[in-house]
Amino acid sequence: MSIDYAERIPNNVNLANDRTLQRALEHWQPKFLDWWHQLGPHDFAGSDVYLRTAVGVDAQGWANYGYVKMPDYRWGIFLADALPDRKIGFGDAYGQPVWQQVPGEFRSQFRRLIVTQGDTEPASVEQQHLLGRTCPSLYDLRNLFQINVEEGRHLWAMVYLLHAYFGRDGREEAEELLARHSGDADKPRILGTFNEPIADWLSFFMFSYFTDRDGKFQLKSLAESSFDPLARTCRFMLTEEAHHMFVGDTGIGRVIRRALEVMKELGTDDPAAVRRHGAIDLPTVQRYINFWFTSCLDLFGSEVSSNAAVTFANGIKGRPDESQYEDHVCANATFPLEVPDGRGGVATDTVPLRNAMNEVARIAYAKDCDIGVKRWNMAIKRAGHDFQLALPSLRFRRSIGAWAGAATDPAGKPIARAEYDRRLPDWLPSESDRAFVGSLMHPVREPGKMAGWIAPPDRGINNLPVAYEYVRLS
Amino acid sequence: MSAVAEKTAAGEARALVTYDTHPDRYAHWRLAFDGAVATLSMDVNEERGLRPGYRLKLNSYDLGVDIELYDALQRIRFEHPEVKAAVITSAKERMFCSGANIYMLGLSPHAWKVNFCKFTNETRNGIEDSSRHSGLRFLAAVNGAVAGGGYELALACDEILMIDDRSSAVSLPEVPLLGVLPGTGGLTRVTDKRKVRRDLADFFCTTTEGVRADRAKQWNLVDHVAKPQGWAQSVTEHAARLAKESTRPGSGKGVPLTPLRRKIDDAGYHYEHVDAQIDRAGRTATITVSTPATPQPADIAGIHQAGTAWWPLAMARELDDAILMLRTNDLEIGTWLLKTRGDANAVLAVDQALEAHAGDWFVNETRGMLRRTLARLDVSSRTMFAVIDQGSCFAGTLAELALAADRGYMLHLPDDPAAAPRIALSEANFGAYPMVNGWIRIRTRFCGEEGPVAAAHKRIGEPLAAEAAAALGLVTFTPDDLDWEDEVRIAIEERTSQSPDALTGLEASLRFPVAETMETRIFGRLTAWQNWIFNRPNAVGEEGALKVFGKGTKAKFNWERV
Repeated sequence: MSIDYAERIPNNVNLANDRTLQRALEHWQPKFLDWWHQLGPHDFAGSDVYLRTAVGVDAQGWANYGYVKMPDYRWGIFLADALPDRKIGFGDAYGQPVWQQVPGEFRSQFRRLIVTQGDTEPASVEQQHLLGRTCPSLYDLRNLFQINVEEGRHLWAMVYLLHAYFGRDGREEAEELLARHSGDADKPRILGTFNEPIADWLSFFMFSYFTDRDGKFQLKSLAESSFDPLARTCRFMLTEEAHHMFVGDTGIGRVIRRALEVMKELGTDDPAAVRRHGAIDLPTVQRYINFWFTSCLDLFGSEVSSNAAVTFANGIKGRPDESQYEDHVCANATFPLEVPDGRGGVATDTVPLRNAMNEVARIAYAKDCDIGVKRWNMAIKRAGHDFQLALPSLRFRRSIGAWAGAATDPAGKPIARAEYDRRLPDWLPSESDRAFVGSLMHPVREPGKMAGWIAPPDRGINNLPVAYEYVRLS
Repeated sequence: MSAVAEKTAAGEARALVTYDTHPDRYAHWRLAFDGAVATLSMDVNEERGLRPGYRLKLNSYDLGVDIELYDALQRIRFEHPEVKAAVITSAKERMFCSGANIYMLGLSPHAWKVNFCKFTNETRNGIEDSSRHSGLRFLAAVNGAVAGGGYELALACDEILMIDDRSSAVSLPEVPLLGVLPGTGGLTRVTDKRKVRRDLADFFCTTTEGVRADRAKQWNLVDHVAKPQGWAQSVTEHAARLAKESTRPGSGKGVPLTPLRRKIDDAGYHYEHVDAQIDRAGRTATITVSTPATPQPADIAGIHQAGTAWWPLAMARELDDAILMLRTNDLEIGTWLLKTRGDANAVLAVDQALEAHAGDWFVNETRGMLRRTLARLDVSSRTMFAVIDQGSCFAGTLAELALAADRGYMLHLPDDPAAAPRIALSEANFGAYPMVNGWIRIRTRFCGEEGPVAAAHKRIGEPLAAEAAAALGLVTFTPDDLDWEDEVRIAIEERTSQSPDALTGLEASLRFPVAETMETRIFGRLTAWQNWIFNRPNAVGEEGALKVFGKGTKAKFNWERV
């Protein structure tokens, strides 16, 4: 198979002259397309979708809009521009020049990080591959597809690194990224969360807001890496990831706005009345937040982690926004960590900061998540209601780390096990919540029209009207 | 198993490790039975490390976890004759076992590490021993990631079934990650047992992430692979097939392993048939094994009825426990004096019963227990002198103690031949108790020379006084009653004054001459290479790989090749 590289695969990695990379991609690209056809949004393969395609990394290049059939999407390979004389920004080798090649001694650590990150990208496409059938509007359908193709591109970005820097092992790992499938009992995706299907659009917005934000923080950590090609790749991915957060943020915001409209119309905040009117009540939104936020907390790993310490010390993975800190070596710094005291209370352990880097990232993540919650609460308050949404505590419903299995309420207060077991169903989406949300999922495919459970967005894509035909269904 | 502060008689609190446990009290394993198949599921409780300072994450183990494994194996052997195959697996999701806990190793003094490795080695060798001699077959059902000691545990099983979920990998990351070797037979079993090609083994042992199931199968690191959906079915099928190969009876009434009646005091560890008397000032322990006070059953029904009270089993369990207690808790007691008391004929009668009913599962398991306990003596890093004095009965099975010793001192009574101690050999000395080198002790003693073995064989059953025993080469020195006390005292005092390290090396070298087996290579590797590496600054210096593991600091190596 011959490929016109510059045209078919937009890139800034000199693909046209790199025979190693060409050979790897020639082998891999058909498999990727097969995968997309089988497990991507295949119902819509023939539709023209108004998508953004990156053809370069500058302001003009990274956001080119136009109709494209998704299988023809030009998945490109881009690294953010190199920063001249970039130095290692943290860890034991602080201040030394960054690496343009993977050091042999860290090869397997880098490979594992890249594979784990890479595995989540196609996983989310797989998790969402049936959502298109129940889109609340063409605007939302297009956003879903934009996210899907970009997750596909992020897969390419990771595959590029594997192909370019990890030899035969890297090529094998790249194939495994296509061989594992979300929810496949025989060859599941690496991280458990990515094996759960995303069955409804409220979950999709939650995923985009919370889970993609975890991705953002992982990318921020990797963007600090001493391995410069990885850092540059992740920096560019972050520009695209912002759109995914935006979809989640505005999606949840529009669900809330619609609930407020219905509450106003009916003159009640009774959840049952809101539901009868075909909107999603605020307590249900809170339960979804409880579920998704806590699931994502675990993705950061244990509070005290030898892996985190090793990857930080070795300059492999930094803290998100490393430059905001004063001490970048953290050789002797400590971190106060709240742990269960074993008697139903909370104790503070002092742990080496290097071992606590997962917790540092988790706290930064939670702070970032809270920004949207505050905005949604303002909207609720403006509408004259006392109800407030809240993120649960970092201790609530954890499966790994110091608080794994601990019985606390959503505020993080340790409670008796029996009380926890009794009340947990009230704190998380119940079967009937999910069934109710599911019952609202009917496709709306007329330009400008919205499903009854969601308000229209404030504005359209790329300065186009909301009523623009963002997807031309075939 | 516990790290309890056992009060000695004087009220002095000593933190002792004991090896007592029961399935009802397991913290880390679950033992389940389904007809001919037993399933041992590793489910390590992070919080229940034997010592403070580390958490047993990711199904990693410490001595406490292995003590339970050892107990579980004993339960299967004795309490469950219906079991023909045992499945060793994990109760954790996507994690079989990540090996010995690294923080525990990093925190532990050298002697603790070595004692721990030795015991885990013995337990794994015991798995193979039971497969070889009792027909109890083992399947490692590796249902997730497996690393280091976890893979070494799997390697000890007859077959390894690994899950192929496209993620889980098998690895021996000791060298690249920790700067030490796989210390529980990993290296040796990869080559000797699994015949993994040398260059592939080289690669496999130097890569932290290991290989996934498909390549593991291709390189013969595992025997079978199965996908998650077919996993349970595959485990059942392989276990059933292994059970079919078994020579275990598949039925019968088990013999409950009752708790040992052991008394601990300042003077040592005291049991019904075994007594370990410690002389702390002299740094010696006198281990005295006594013959039964009551007649022992000769018929199979009587033997079964006696159960754990049957002398050879009771004695072996007590001796086993005494060895473990001394090895774990009394490091400075460097010399063990082996003595016997009682009636030689009683031992020879028991030997006859053991021989006559060798086909019975319980008798066979009892022989296994004796064989493994004697093998534990062979690899103990303590000087052993057999003291064959008046009232002793080094006959048959108990003569193995004299043969296991580094030297034998036998009292010669030229003026009172009737009162002189005698030793006697039985058929048991010529096949029942092979050492881990595959040879019987008497052959090992003569470095494989056939002549002296044949000469000794001709004298089976004959009570041999000092001169005859010396002539046959069964004892080292035979002081007469006038010299006896001084000769023995001086020999012990001289011995206990010498370097314990050099003695350990010397004894291990001399105890296993000529013949090598996989097991001797495993112990040899541990004593020589691993202990050397464990002691080098590159592993355990302030900036050594083992010390800094998990702290986020890179090990600093001295790059000189030695």
